[in-house]
Amino acid sequence: MTSQTIAKSETLIESSQKFNPVRLVDQIFYWLTVATALGVGFILLWIAWSLLSIAFPAIVKFNIGFLFSTSWNPVNDAFGALPQIAGTIISAIIALLFAVPLGVGVAVFLSENFLPTKVQTPLGLLVELLAAVPSVVYGMWGIFVFVPFILPFLQGIHRVFGWIPLFSTPPSTRQMFTTAMVLAIMILPTIIAISRDSLLSVAPELRQGAYGLGATRWETLTRVLVPSALSGIIGSVMLALGRALGETMAAAMLIGNANRINISLFAPASTISAMIANQFGEASGLQKSALFYQALILMVMTLIVNMLAEVIVNRFQQVE
Amino acid sequence: MTLNQSDKIQDITSGGFDSEVTAARKNFGKLMTGLVVACVGIAILPLGSILFMLLKNGLSRLFLNFPSVFTELPPPPLVEGGGFSNAIMGTIITCTIGALLSVPFGVLTAIYTVEFGRGNKLSQFVRFCTNVLSGVPSIIAGLFAYGIVVLTMGNFSAIAGGVALSVLMMPIIIRTAEEGLKSIPSEVRQGLVGIGATNFQGVTSVILPATLPFIATGVTLALARAAGETAPLLFTALFSQFQARSLSEPIATLSVLIYNFAIAPYANQNSLAWAAALIIVVLIMFVSILARTLTARKIY
Repeated sequence: MTSQTIAKSETLIESSQKFNPVRLVDQIFYWLTVATALGVGFILLWIAWSLLSIAFPAIVKFNIGFLFSTSWNPVNDAFGALPQIAGTIISAIIALLFAVPLGVGVAVFLSENFLPTKVQTPLGLLVELLAAVPSVVYGMWGIFVFVPFILPFLQGIHRVFGWIPLFSTPPSTRQMFTTAMVLAIMILPTIIAISRDSLLSVAPELRQGAYGLGATRWETLTRVLVPSALSGIIGSVMLALGRALGETMAAAMLIGNANRINISLFAPASTISAMIANQFGEASGLQKSALFYQALILMVMTLIVNMLAEVIVNRFQQVE
Repeated sequence: MTLNQSDKIQDITSGGFDSEVTAARKNFGKLMTGLVVACVGIAILPLGSILFMLLKNGLSRLFLNFPSVFTELPPPPLVEGGGFSNAIMGTIITCTIGALLSVPFGVLTAIYTVEFGRGNKLSQFVRFCTNVLSGVPSIIAGLFAYGIVVLTMGNFSAIAGGVALSVLMMPIIIRTAEEGLKSIPSEVRQGLVGIGATNFQGVTSVILPATLPFIATGVTLALARAAGETAPLLFTALFSQFQARSLSEPIATLSVLIYNFAIAPYANQNSLAWAAALIIVVLIMFVSILARTLTARKIY
């Protein structure tokens, strides 16, 4: 009896050690998936490496001083990135100043029952679809619709508040402020969609509890719902910031590509991605290296922002 | 008895507890509601304006001698008429190359992270890399493709454009495929082990077919993103005035055409840019809605 079972298991082991095409295919398939999984990390390193290798001559020549130099002179081979770094950060911050309050307000509106569900769901869908509109379309809308519309208002602001340095130059058709506003409009759907999701995912018991304690709708919102959805909202803001920092087309079409830092928001400026988009075609030699150096700086900036976003969103998921 | 009860109720509602909603609290609510409605109003204006202008300017150009937009080549400056048939083809070609590169890669990666290495170090690393990759600015994907394809092949090409787009499509495909694989209940996997299927047999014959709606969703979403991307194509696919003849030549795409023609000072080119933008946005919205209906058809 027992000897029989032992004999059977032996044959089983033997059969498993025999050459078996089915098992071989299985092994190959497994290692293929491992290879692609490792490949994702490899691609990331490859991106960094290819930027680094082309930027290398500029990194060697300009070193860290590249970050603080304002010159961009292909004739003398003198390059710096300060105007672009400043322009990238300033345009993104102004965009956030407009987009965050607006976006969170709309998200609150769309997550509450102000409107019947029949209206609300399509509205939410529309917002998500707007997030997919390509940035080049936003840029074109900016050129043909938004800038001609907003310019008279900006001229008014300049006349009245021209003594404030921020508004000290007459508004030009290509400038920092309108670019930042188009960026704000562009990142608005992102903020609305993710903030709305995180507001909707707050446990209904919290709302019921707050109502049970006698809180009004807005007391519940401001003291319970928004605070508990806060990390999701901050995550959406960080993702939007990442998008605003890396945005190319709208900035390239609207900002005017002036290689200088101007305290006035109504003057032409530049961002890293707009600079690359505009100069890459004619660039060669050290100028191309310098553009890749700028791209490397942009990548590090967006990397930091996106990692912060991930840390915040992860914490949010752990609380749940 | 009844009188007593009503007395008690009165007690609770008027005196004793200070639970009335005071005027200040009511006003706070009204103020906030007003603010939020104002936010919605301000947000709707630009977003509605974009859609309206797209329809207005795009439709009027599309229907000006109707099929010409789809059949003719881009006009030189100061020439009337013309279309962007080559750019439509170019967008289809570059997006297809991007999908061919990123879909197998992304799906296999998702199979590893969900089926074989769920929760282990490597799949956590892959999750991290996917998140980082999805945050890479699109222009950097373009520079990457320039560095690895354009510099090695020696010229701008549709292939380089496809490589740049595939970098942007990859994270979307990995994420949706992972979601799909996770939606399959573990009973199915136990059943597969029970009937003696190898991992390969189980994945290819049962699990992948069941995940197909999700993968299709991921592919359509990724295509929707790729179709609108301009920055990665500027120095990879470049642009061309003519029909594409081979994959190793510069190729026109709708998005680059919009950029070139929107910043050009010629009215005809500007109006063509609007028409191209309308086509792209309609295409993207159609594809996104399609993606939603696909995910709604769950198998498990």
